[in-house]
Amino acid sequence: MARSDVQLMLDVKAGDEQSFELLLRKYRTPLVNFLYRMVHDSAAAEDLAQEVFLRVYRARKDYAPSAKFTTWMFRIATNLALNSVRDNRYRQSEISMDQAVEVGDDERRTMEVPDLTPTVEQFLVARSRSEMILRAIDALPEKQRAAVLLHKYQELDYDEISRILECSESALKSLLFRAYETLRTALAPLLNTEKVSSH
Amino acid sequence: MSSTDRFAKNCGSLEDKLIEYLDGRATPANRRAVEDHLAVCSSCRDRAEDFRALFSAIDDLPVVSPSPAFDTSLRTRIAVEAAHSGFWGWIPSPRLAFAVTALIAMSVWLSSMPRTPNNDSAVNRAPAEAEFSMIRDLPVLENYEVISKFDALSELPASADDAAAAEVKNEASE
Repeated sequence: MARSDVQLMLDVKAGDEQSFELLLRKYRTPLVNFLYRMVHDSAAAEDLAQEVFLRVYRARKDYAPSAKFTTWMFRIATNLALNSVRDNRYRQSEISMDQAVEVGDDERRTMEVPDLTPTVEQFLVARSRSEMILRAIDALPEKQRAAVLLHKYQELDYDEISRILECSESALKSLLFRAYETLRTALAPLLNTEKVSSH
Repeated sequence: MSSTDRFAKNCGSLEDKLIEYLDGRATPANRRAVEDHLAVCSSCRDRAEDFRALFSAIDDLPVVSPSPAFDTSLRTRIAVEAAHSGFWGWIPSPRLAFAVTALIAMSVWLSSMPRTPNNDSAVNRAPAEAEFSMIRDLPVLENYEVISKFDALSELPASADDAAAAEVKNEASE
């Protein structure tokens, strides 16, 4: 009979390295997936996933199963991802929007920030449906993004997700509603196209 | 309340129920409430349909796999950390290790600094007096019988002033 995640972790605590290997094999892909969708950088996602496993391994001697293993692991992952996103946003925000940009022949004008709302034409030329959806998810505020990914990608239940995001279940459901409403608006041309083609 | 207001109020109440309804996790009472509203509100029906489509689309997103070197890289990081923790393992945290190192370095630096002379006569007097009392209290000086029979002491003048006065007198008489 397969051991539960909690039992595997308790066995790791007792010194069983093979149990840690089993946890690694079970969760490395979901973890890398989640982190990649959060930070949108494969190298960073792998680095963060390794950091999660490293912290799990470090904490093995003091491990006490007060919550589900996935709740604990994904809380570590979410915190690392949110810190990474905020650090990158801080570095990117150091570029001044009012900074003059030289475009040639001594002509200078301020940096133009593109309108990210996709037009129908942009949808038609976009490489793939997945790319559109991923771009829309990537544009969500980080907490909404984490909520959507944990909800749909990891299929965690509301209690787990609310513990990971440190909010109430009611607040989580509102957060998810707002996130899907934002995605619905951003992906309206895609959804309308699919509705037309299905009728 | 107008029918529009009533529907608007009910649309707002869907915010914490629609997701769990679409997930099939709503309580029976909440499920009925959502279904009753969707039956009369086309806007929320469209919303629910779009949410279902989004759920399906996200489910279909390609899975990103870790690189082939992921496991090896992680095992290396664990091994490196275990090797470092062997020497510093008794120190619970890197901050404490830094603090201990800084304290040791400061102690070495302070002990290597030259001692500056102290010109304070009161401070200098204290060890001199301590030494004098030690000499004074030496047992041999209390043995007056020894002192009284000490030949060198018997040849000494009663005082230096008397000796000087005697010499002057001798010179005057010559």
